[in-house]
Order: sequence, then C-alpha cells, then structure tokens
Amino acid sequence: MNWGSASEFFHMGGKGLFVWGSYAVSMLVMVAEPLLARRRHQQALRQAALFNDEGRKPRFS
Amino acid sequence: MTSPSATPNTAAAAGKGGRLRFFNFAAPMRFYAITGWLVPLCWVVAIGFAIAGLYVGFFVAPTDATQGESYRIIYIHVPAAWMSMMLYLVMAFWAGIGWAFNARMASIVARAIAPTGAMFAFLALWTGAFWGKPTWGTWWVWDARLTTTLILLFLYLGYIALVNAIDDQRRSDQAGALLALVGSINVPIIYFSVQWWNTLHQGATISMTAAPKMANTMLTGMLLMTVACWAYAFATVFMRARAITIERESRNAWVGKLVSQPAQGGQKT
Repeated sequence: MNWGSASEFFHMGGKGLFVWGSYAVSMLVMVAEPLLARRRHQQALRQAALFNDEGRKPRFS
Repeated sequence: MTSPSATPNTAAAAGKGGRLRFFNFAAPMRFYAITGWLVPLCWVVAIGFAIAGLYVGFFVAPTDATQGESYRIIYIHVPAAWMSMMLYLVMAFWAGIGWAFNARMASIVARAIAPTGAMFAFLALWTGAFWGKPTWGTWWVWDARLTTTLILLFLYLGYIALVNAIDDQRRSDQAGALLALVGSINVPIIYFSVQWWNTLHQGATISMTAAPKMANTMLTGMLLMTVACWAYAFATVFMRARAITIERESRNAWVGKLVSQPAQGGQKT
C-alpha cells in the first residue's frame, strides 16, 4: 500500500492537481460520450417510430 | 470488359458459399441485433478492467523514482494515446472498405468511430499537458509528438465536419473515406516521431523489440487500463453505430417492426 491516509492519497505527493486534473476530465468525457450516443439512439428510434406511424395513417385526414 | 459476367458472379458465389455468415453480420439488421447484446458485455469488461487497472495503478504500483507521483497519469495517458492512433487506422480501414465495396455497415462503423477517436486524442493531449507541466515545466511545447497528435485530433474533427456537411449519404461517405485514408499517413509519423526527431517527449514505453522500461506492476496497471479502453471504445462505437443504423434505415421494414413493438425493449440503449 502506497498511502498512509486518505489525505495523502489525494495530495499525491504535491502533484494532486495534475493527477486528479487528468483523471477528472477523463472521467467526465468518458461518461458524457456514451450518454450522448444513447440519446442519439433514442432520438433515432423516436424518429423512426414517428415515420412508421405516419405510414399507417390515411394520407389526407 | 473481357468477361462482363465475372463481377456479379463472384459476388453471388461468395454470398452462397462459406462466407454467407460474414455477409449476414454485415447486414444492418443483423449488426443491430448482435451489437444489442455485445454493448452491455463491453461495458462490463470496460468497467471491470478499469477498476482493476486503477487499483493496481494507484495502490499496488510504486512511486516513480524520478517523476514522483505525477507519473500515475500514465495509466490513462498511454492507453488514450494508443487508442487515438489505433482507432484512426480502424476508421480509415472501414471507411475504405465502405467506399471500395459500397458496404453500408462499413461506412456506418467508420462514422461511429470518429467521435470516440477524437475523444481519445483530446484525452491524450489533455492528460499530456497535465503531465508535462510538473515534468517539463510547461503545459505545451511545439514538439514533434505533441504537434502530430494535435493534427490527429484535427483530422478527426475534419472528418466529422466533412461527413456532416455533405447531405448526399454516399458522397459524404466517400469524401470521408478519402480524408480518412489520406490522413492515416499521420499515424506512423506520430508513432515514430520520438525516434525521428529530437523531442522532449520520452521514447516508447513499450516496444516490440525491447523489454518494457518500467516496473512490472506499472506495466500491469497500464495493460489493464488498455483493455478497459478497448472495451469502452467497442461499447461506444457500437452504440453510435446502432443509432446511425436506425437513422439511415428508418424507412426499412425491419426498423418499422422494431419501433412498432410495444414495450419490447425498443427504447433500450
């Protein structure tokens, strides 16, 4: 084990800003990206469902 | 022109023969179905390996003798940089296949890769800056490795902008493929930049020909994180490819059937 305490862990030998600045941003974009992809998928399905419903409705109503 | 029947015949023969399954997978409907259960699997692998990799990287691997704790950025920096280069080649490959054989799924996959590749290129640069500051004393330097990686990010962004700017789907796929293929020359330049030029960036951590220049536990952590990043890339690329498939195939019968099924998992990922 490298760290004697939690504060030592977050301090990272004085390099906390750099280490956590790297990992925080990595975490942020790697959570945001799949969420955006999922939203795009759901939008595409909604769009397809709309088109599908329109196809069944009588044309001029 | 000597045998006009040759081309359609070979295509038909390949379809009838043993490669039938391969072409089945290449059909959008099959791709959509198979990736539907591959995506959760990829997420399990990605999250599991990331936890293991970060545990080894932060709690098992020792402090670096010369760089202190800031070296721990390596566990995200190196996998991200590898992924950004690898994904570009994979994107160029599928874009090329889509262009050459007019394969629908190949072009969709190429498009789906670009944002994930751009994300990894951005992370490689960002974490590199946060590693450069405590190590070199500067966030950025116009050095060969850094500059070529920045160009990689611009190539990804250029590809995304180009394919989105052209409305005609086939033309857009073709223009994108051309950009992707021409731009792939940048990848070996990035890889060898630390050998070809005198640069501030350190040499390759791991090479095919020499023993790794790092402690075993550090290497383990980095490789675990690399597997996690691969699984992450598969998961997000499949998710985006599924979305693009629905966008493009929305007028086809199978999508109509899919979205008309009430509460049949149509709204899932």
